[in-house]
Amino acid sequence: MIDIGLGHYLTLGAVIFSIGIIGIFLNRKNIIVILMSIELILLAVNINLVSFSIYLGDLSGQVFTLFILTVAAAEAAIGLAIIVVYFRNSGTIRVEEIDQLKG
Amino acid sequence: MIAHAIFFYVFSVIAVVSAIMVTVSKNTVHSVFFLILDFISISCLFIMIGAEFLGMIMLIVYVGAVAVLFLFVVMMLNVAQQKNQWFVSKDSSGHIPIGLLISVIIFFELIIVIGGWKYKPDLFNSAKSTIDKGISNTHSLGQVLYTDYIHVFQISGMILLIAMIGAIVLTFRQREGVKKQSYIKQISRERAEGVEVLEVASNKGVKIDD
Repeated sequence: MIDIGLGHYLTLGAVIFSIGIIGIFLNRKNIIVILMSIELILLAVNINLVSFSIYLGDLSGQVFTLFILTVAAAEAAIGLAIIVVYFRNSGTIRVEEIDQLKG
Repeated sequence: MIAHAIFFYVFSVIAVVSAIMVTVSKNTVHSVFFLILDFISISCLFIMIGAEFLGMIMLIVYVGAVAVLFLFVVMMLNVAQQKNQWFVSKDSSGHIPIGLLISVIIFFELIIVIGGWKYKPDLFNSAKSTIDKGISNTHSLGQVLYTDYIHVFQISGMILLIAMIGAIVLTFRQREGVKKQSYIKQISRERAEGVEVLEVASNKGVKIDD
């Protein structure tokens, strides 16, 4: 317990990853919370990559964390733009009322 | 070592609790604030573990840009005032147990994978170490980022450019009845349509724009 190793960080990443997935399924509010859950999942992946990179002594994990950060920022921008356009067209972003595809 | 443990547990408990609060809080603005808290505590963990550059970049990119973007959109779309109860209709909440089941299964799979490392610790030593202890984290990242990963780096720049153009194109809207400056019209103005030379009679004056 006291000796913090790689397993502790990986467990933290696994917990946050699972919370993100629960957030996607459990969500009954608006789509923005789903986007935030996706950010949580990407954060968990970043935790995994950085802790492996530190404990294995290989720098490429941190480099790829940088690229994941870039892609996450781009994804957030595009997703929020789509949400804004959808809200402008239909007047709601609640998950239950977005059922045009009848999924 | 004990300080490491204390800081790890403090920051990870804060991170997990705020991650739960992101998903369960009723107000979306509160969700964004808990997301910011989550990012800050994880970046503290990164700085503590020795990846200072990534911790700072997390603060700048996530807290400074992405979370503020979320906050901006939440406030602009006026969804914060909607009092959203949890399960609005009973018939549509049927997939929630399945979702919980899937997340629990994923969590235990990840835990099993992590547990495998305990029984095969020689995997650690098989990787060759590329981290030079003599120079700082930022220095060593910069040494590989602009040499070995230059193509990936430039592709990520292209992704950011495309995301920027895409966001602008998606949200751009041309409205009727708004007075705007048109450079094309200004530049293509000819002398003939702008200036008129009149012969002014004495003591009569000229009538302009009646």
